[in-house]
Amino acid sequence: MRFLTGSLILIALAAVAPVFVRLEYFYFAGFVVLQFIVLATAWNILGGFAGYVNFGTGAFFAVGAYTAVALYKWVALPLGLQILAGAATAGLLGLGVGLLTLRLRGIFFSIATIAITIILETVVMNWTFVGGAKGLPILRPTEMPLYFTNYTQWLFLVMTVIAVIAVAIARYIQTGWIGRGLRAIRDNEGAAECSGVPTLKLKLAAATVSGALMGAAGAPFAQYLSFIEPASAFSLNYAVNALAMPIIGGTAHWIGPVLGAILLGGVQQIVTVTISSEINVLVVGVMLVVFVVVAPEGILGLWRRYVLKKAGP
Amino acid sequence: MTPALLSIDSVSKHFGGFTALDKVSIDVAKGERFGLIGPNGSGKTTLINCISGALVNDGGSIRFEGVEISKLPAYKRTRLGIARSFQIPRPFGSMSVLENLIVPLEYVAHSGSLHLADTRGEAMEILKGMGLAEKADTLSSSLSQVELRKMELARAMAARPSLLISDEAMAGLSSNEISEVLEILFKMNAAGITIIMIEHIMQAVMKFSQRIICLDAGHIICEGTPEAIVANADVQRAYLGA
Repeated sequence: MRFLTGSLILIALAAVAPVFVRLEYFYFAGFVVLQFIVLATAWNILGGFAGYVNFGTGAFFAVGAYTAVALYKWVALPLGLQILAGAATAGLLGLGVGLLTLRLRGIFFSIATIAITIILETVVMNWTFVGGAKGLPILRPTEMPLYFTNYTQWLFLVMTVIAVIAVAIARYIQTGWIGRGLRAIRDNEGAAECSGVPTLKLKLAAATVSGALMGAAGAPFAQYLSFIEPASAFSLNYAVNALAMPIIGGTAHWIGPVLGAILLGGVQQIVTVTISSEINVLVVGVMLVVFVVVAPEGILGLWRRYVLKKAGP
Repeated sequence: MTPALLSIDSVSKHFGGFTALDKVSIDVAKGERFGLIGPNGSGKTTLINCISGALVNDGGSIRFEGVEISKLPAYKRTRLGIARSFQIPRPFGSMSVLENLIVPLEYVAHSGSLHLADTRGEAMEILKGMGLAEKADTLSSSLSQVELRKMELARAMAARPSLLISDEAMAGLSSNEISEVLEILFKMNAAGITIIMIEHIMQAVMKFSQRIICLDAGHIICEGTPEAIVANADVQRAYLGA
């Protein structure tokens, strides 16, 4: 109930924000942070809960983005349907990646997800309808939705809704029997299967949901930039960030990726503006190393160790 | 004789050119305490992996309560009533002891009607029976060896099995601890659970089993009561290399 109230308040705040915050950069940067909340949360469903480390976030993100672009260019599909279509296509890709877990575990699974990214990027580079390697400029719809006067502000609200849905799904999974099954798979797949957990079904479900959410995060990408090209849509940065954020925040709880995304995404935006856009990649690397060494269970681990211990008996 | 609960009929398993099991046939009756022994590499664990579904046998049939199970995935066999513990304990290390038991309770005992079940209460009951109640909230990865063994048995029990396969549940334990685990297994059997015990510790398996089969190099070399097994020349040769 508290979660539902909090979610509705957040969406309402995003909806009325244009009245209070005029600075356009706020929405531009906020969109990116929200997008990373979705990606990190989605990554954590397969990577954090089930223990299958996916390095192919870029592929899912780009599949969502290019599905949206192709449908927008072809039949001028409205944004909401673009997002659903992007999620569906990326979800199918997720199902395929889930099937890989039949034969591949650990680092071999991760390598396969990188390979998928490279294959799909090559395909899109040669797909001229969506601009191929040189990219495609996107003209945003001229009519503004609802009361909005600025399309970026509208996208900010849309991404807020996607983020809330993503976090709600992750929370639902984590707190119930599905999450316990996924954790059993991560801890010991053989023992999970012998405890009655249908490991393949659960992994397929987790990979599909994870992929679909990444696709949903990618779908508004071209509208946001008014441009799309393969190198940025398939960027390895998405994979690195989507993995670093849950690790920094903590993978065991749905709030971990959210904290990680706000912290890391926020710092990156600040560094991009105040220092340089190149340095922000360095920030991710340094923070990841520091957290893995100092706080392997992330911010949540630190919280449990220092705050809860002190408060507890 | 009571009808067989588990009926293994000329089951074979090959790993490349190596034959781990060669047309092994075993019937286990309902309620039986059945011992499976044999030197290292004789195929004991391969056989129970074929029964529990971790491996798929190459030939032959495995029937459980009359149902052919050799093509079913492991989780379905567990749901039919076959539970096992592992030679090297495999706890769900990120979960508490209680949660370790909740997994099979949720996925086997109450799958489909979960909202009606008090899984925590049931898990606690099982832990009490094992003498593990005070460890319920302990992280399972921080348990001692004997506690881990007991938890594995408790987790197997939580799947409400009719057949329990105990794979060397006593390896590495002290003699006091062995008696504790034996007592638990006797109690389970008294509650109507058929038990297959794989064990290297001879006093334990001799004391526990009503009937024993000795495997060597994928073949059954001897079958009989504990007394008959000890006296058998083939068994002595397999173990002592005489």
